Amino acid sequence: MGAGPGTHAHDGIAAGDGAVIETRGLTKRYRGGRPAVDRLDLAVPAGSVFGFLGPNGSGKTTTIRMLLGLIAPTAGSVRLLGRPMPGAGRAVLPEVGALIEGPALYGYLSGRDNLLRYDSADPTADPRTRTARVAAALDRVGLAPAAGKKARAYSLGMKQRLGLASALLRPRRLLVLDEPTNGLDPQGMREIRALVRELAAEGTTVFLSSHLLDEIEQVCTHVAVMTRGRLITQGTVAELAAGTRGRLAVTTPDTGEAVRVLAGHGVTDVSVAGDRVSGRLPTEDMAAAAGTAGTAGAAGTTGTADGAGAAGGAASVDPADLNAALVRAGVRVRAFGVERVSLEDAFVALTGEGFDVAG
Amino acid sequence: MSRAEPPAATAGRGAKESVGVDPEAGVDPEAGAGPGAGGGRDAGTGREAGAPVRARRPWWTPALVRSELTITFRRWRTAALLAVLAAVPVLIGIAVRIETGGGGGAGGAGGTGGGHGMTGGGGPAFLTQVTNNGLFLVFAALAATLPVFLPMAVGVIAGDAVAGEAGGGTLRYLLVAPAGRTRLLLAKFVSTLAFCLAATLVVAASALAVGALLFPLGEVTTISGTRISFAEGLIRAALIAVIVAASLAGVAALGLFVSTLTGSGIAAMAATVGLVITAQIVDTIPQLHAIQPYLFPHYWLSFADLLREPVHWEEIGRNLGLQGLYVAVFGSAAWARFTTKDITS
Repeated sequence: MGAGPGTHAHDGIAAGDGAVIETRGLTKRYRGGRPAVDRLDLAVPAGSVFGFLGPNGSGKTTTIRMLLGLIAPTAGSVRLLGRPMPGAGRAVLPEVGALIEGPALYGYLSGRDNLLRYDSADPTADPRTRTARVAAALDRVGLAPAAGKKARAYSLGMKQRLGLASALLRPRRLLVLDEPTNGLDPQGMREIRALVRELAAEGTTVFLSSHLLDEIEQVCTHVAVMTRGRLITQGTVAELAAGTRGRLAVTTPDTGEAVRVLAGHGVTDVSVAGDRVSGRLPTEDMAAAAGTAGTAGAAGTTGTADGAGAAGGAASVDPADLNAALVRAGVRVRAFGVERVSLEDAFVALTGEGFDVAG
Repeated sequence: MSRAEPPAATAGRGAKESVGVDPEAGVDPEAGAGPGAGGGRDAGTGREAGAPVRARRPWWTPALVRSELTITFRRWRTAALLAVLAAVPVLIGIAVRIETGGGGGAGGAGGTGGGHGMTGGGGPAFLTQVTNNGLFLVFAALAATLPVFLPMAVGVIAGDAVAGEAGGGTLRYLLVAPAGRTRLLLAKFVSTLAFCLAATLVVAASALAVGALLFPLGEVTTISGTRISFAEGLIRAALIAVIVAASLAGVAALGLFVSTLTGSGIAAMAATVGLVITAQIVDTIPQLHAIQPYLFPHYWLSFADLLREPVHWEEIGRNLGLQGLYVAVFGSAAWARFTTKDITS
């Protein structure tokens, strides 16, 4: 396995021993354009559920295609299960299940025949157990009742399930799932997420790309964030969320006075909605909030709980002091608190832009 | 790994080959299920060696080719192409029957042949004979379909082979299965060749059935004027069908190459069929005679030489050599392109 010293500050990820996916300086430049993927150093530890997050067009799919040997990198290298890609593809890929940019099926074949076709394409798949494995995979994604139906007649959700089934034809060490819940209804999404957790519990490493933050938050242990072709952070989900402070929220009938007091204590981005005043706490994280990508790596490794992380910042303010200040100023406070940090906040803090902005 | 040849060949060769591969590869139990003898032995080897020798990864298993054949022949489109091809001898047979029934005789039949202008010298000569011997409908039908219908059908199948999978997105899943780019291309070529043979046999079989139904059968008068028995004639007909199928190998390779250039199956089909028609037109322009010997359709109608006594092999040999050249050149080009291509669809 390609050990090598871990990349930069990614303490949370031991790039050495357990890396199932490891890229070094991975770059893809399509003819004439800016790089679709720019010097990517990715390390996916074994046994993790690794969320690969980024807006549409940020280079996720190009990266996944390079990981799987479908696209040749312009520069850099990929190691999959410790072996170099695409050179070792024939040895490595049988142990990798993949769903890439949605399912692709032969409409004129039944669901079962589609899977038989894909399984036949793998020269290392045992033909004696083929029908049994296909049946098991169909069963696992809940498609057994529709196995004989032509894939053309499948709904989008059923196609997505069939695509997943093709990734589960054999026991895999790694599953690469590109937007696996796309096109599914909420019930289907829940089922797929449960399936991902189940697979991870069995020891399969899952590399899951998504543009849905809550999906990553619900399922993943680790996360990497990509935007405009560049990796801006990677680490555990907890680390990433801890890197950003939540927003202060005050419920009060005296909103005008509250805004004045909060602003006077350095709270930024103050907004009023009804009787609710919210704003960003003045902390060291203001730098990250300003969108300086350079500090992103550090933000990812802060790894400290709420509050304690603020200790180092010169302008840091204890929320308790703010509350006291409000009360001193005669503001009647109904509720006071720091909202839970969501990954979305973290993302906005890291990229300095809304999530739906396409690169 | 074991350098097994593509099992393009006959069942007999395939079986021999799998015996050769099996002890080395260890994991090739599919070979036992393959056509031909030796199945018992193969299956036994596979079962014993299967589990422990997991590390040995066979380069070749027949599963992919079988899957390709299934994919090709289970499509409605393929059935439609074969149905059109099967209809051609029926139309020719009925036309000849009506012409002769109306007292037109040989002259009328010749006129019908003239309608198939591109069939060159072979077609009409066969057509005049159809009324005497239904077997000649096989030769006439092959001569009528070889210049246009057969290569068009092959162009559709070959052109769509890779581009269709790319367009449908299934290519990426085959490659991460991992099918292997060289393996997949070879399997595609093998199944395209199988279609060439199937298409030719459909025309021949349909022609034989219609010929037997509408016209008398009997001894065959060769082009040289001698007579051979009906059985001998049947053997010649089968041989001609195989030669005609082999004549399409060049188109198949060309189509496969075009297919690796684009992600649109329709574009690849249209381009291939366009090339076929262009080559046919260039082949008829006298001023371009210098390049004509290198055009893949140039020696196509040489199969008629099989109806001489003795058989003239020279032009048939040239035809097969030219097809081999096209397969080598465009096969290599397709391989070079496909193995280095970024799969973005």
